[in-house]
Amino acid sequence: MNINFKNRKVNYFTRFGIYFVLIFQCLIIAFPLFLMVMSSFKSNREIFKAPFKLPATLNMENYRKLFLQSNYLRYFLNSIIVSLAAILIILIASSLASYAISKYRFPLNKFIFFYFLAGLMIPIRLGTINIMQMFIKLNLYNNLLSLIIIYSAYGIPAGILIFTGFMNDIPNELSDSARVDGCSEIGIFRKIIVPLLGPAIVVVAVYNLIPIWNDFWFPLVLINSDNLMTIPLATAKLFGRHETNYGLIFAILTSAAVPPMILFATLSRYFIKGLTAGAIKG
Amino acid sequence: MEMFKKVKKVRYYIFLFLLPALFIYTIFMILPLFNSMRMSFYTGKGIVPDQFCGFQNYVKLFTQFPFRERLSNAFLNNIKFFLMVSIFQNVTGFFLAILLTRNVKGVKFFRTVYFLPTALSVIVVGFLFRLILNPVWGIFDKILRAIGLDFLIRPWLGDPVTALPVLAIVTAWHMIGIPIIFFTAGIDGISEEIIEASRIDGVNIWGEIRHMIFPLVKPIIGIVFILTFVGNFSEFEIVYSMETAYGNPAYATDIFGSFFYRTTFGTVMNVVSDVGLGAAIATIMFILILIGVIIFLRLSQRTD
Repeated sequence: MNINFKNRKVNYFTRFGIYFVLIFQCLIIAFPLFLMVMSSFKSNREIFKAPFKLPATLNMENYRKLFLQSNYLRYFLNSIIVSLAAILIILIASSLASYAISKYRFPLNKFIFFYFLAGLMIPIRLGTINIMQMFIKLNLYNNLLSLIIIYSAYGIPAGILIFTGFMNDIPNELSDSARVDGCSEIGIFRKIIVPLLGPAIVVVAVYNLIPIWNDFWFPLVLINSDNLMTIPLATAKLFGRHETNYGLIFAILTSAAVPPMILFATLSRYFIKGLTAGAIKG
Repeated sequence: MEMFKKVKKVRYYIFLFLLPALFIYTIFMILPLFNSMRMSFYTGKGIVPDQFCGFQNYVKLFTQFPFRERLSNAFLNNIKFFLMVSIFQNVTGFFLAILLTRNVKGVKFFRTVYFLPTALSVIVVGFLFRLILNPVWGIFDKILRAIGLDFLIRPWLGDPVTALPVLAIVTAWHMIGIPIIFFTAGIDGISEEIIEASRIDGVNIWGEIRHMIFPLVKPIIGIVFILTFVGNFSEFEIVYSMETAYGNPAYATDIFGSFFYRTTFGTVMNVVSDVGLGAAIATIMFILILIGVIIFLRLSQRTD
């Protein structure tokens, strides 16, 4: 797609200026991250005395403290459970609904589609008061299940937007001939549509994984036991507890930052597809 | 599509396909939103206010000390925050996107780097910059000194003048990848013929931006500003992580999100929480976000 501005005659000086700005912006982005990771391998003394230098030795003391003296692996496991469960529900619920919206004509079809899309514009946190009341009533307050449910609701609109866009491009001939052969509607969905959804499933999963993994608001409001905390909430609690121990704090921040960054660096093209779904097509 | 019309039997399965998504989305997202608004007409202690009080919560918010002061302060701060993020993030992102689409080498690399912070939790970003700007460690001040800008040194997060702009810049650092992705996709989508035509006309870069790029990516600009607006008017984490839920210093960084949180769930911080009042704040946030979305949709779809 990047052929647009090819052949444009840009003089050497302008070209230098462009790269200068682009690289400068890279440094602005990278430097704080670099500082964070470097400092996590340093002692407090080193952090204050030689803040910009690479660590003298690869000092793992901060990480040892973090992983041995806190419940960190538990927090990590909680985050994984919540994210995976929510994404599984999002995938199933929104692919089924998208199939109905995209492949059948029925009254209110358009209305239901826009009803779901409205969720993309409304911050779900504005309903937090009633969400909390409801989970207390359901006896799910301070329970990972409450997070799983709320993130599922949060992810369904984007899931439906991405899946319907994808399914609209699947031709009907295959399903039609299967229908003539006497295949049931759910059978068509399972045997013909789902196997074609591969790329869309990855887009929906990756697009929802980042905000769900990183969410701080709902754990803050809905969780209060230490052993049920997810990574962002645990990061805040540990930060408050160790505010003066810089080395340990940088290890805490790095541990929270690195998994989603690695995931993102490898899967970002799927995230970008999710982000621009619908928006670019108009 | 003709095929489906021939299916005459009751198509209950359509409803079954829709059911799981409709159920989860309606029960846990849409209904709580309206039920929370209903709570704004109630008062009482605890998480479920049970005394109907009409518009009393709103009267309190708009007329009584200190609620009136906090509300107008949060509103003004949120507007300022949105305007500053728009400049630092969206306008900068727009120009970076233009540079990125000038047939430069390594576009993928640049885009990935710019996009990398987006993977981080706001809470991590906020804490990281809180440490960087902290005068005790003083890393940012050291950088300023090294490039001869000593005179600028100040308690960045403790000075009411600089605190909110700093939060806006940190937010822009975090999220600049989003407008860059949208704008590069939009500029890449401009057809070759239009570019050819402009080249024949011999327009310069400013003319190209004004008469070609800007009008054609206007709907995308609209989307980016809507996303920013909705995000900023429900933002909470950046304030919480950098300036606590009080919006320090002296409420200089207090925006709707922190005001809502403090009012609704504040009991832990020596302030008695008032869920009904919090619900009223959430309702005001909802109305403002709705108005903002409509305005930006109108602006971006208007053709001159």
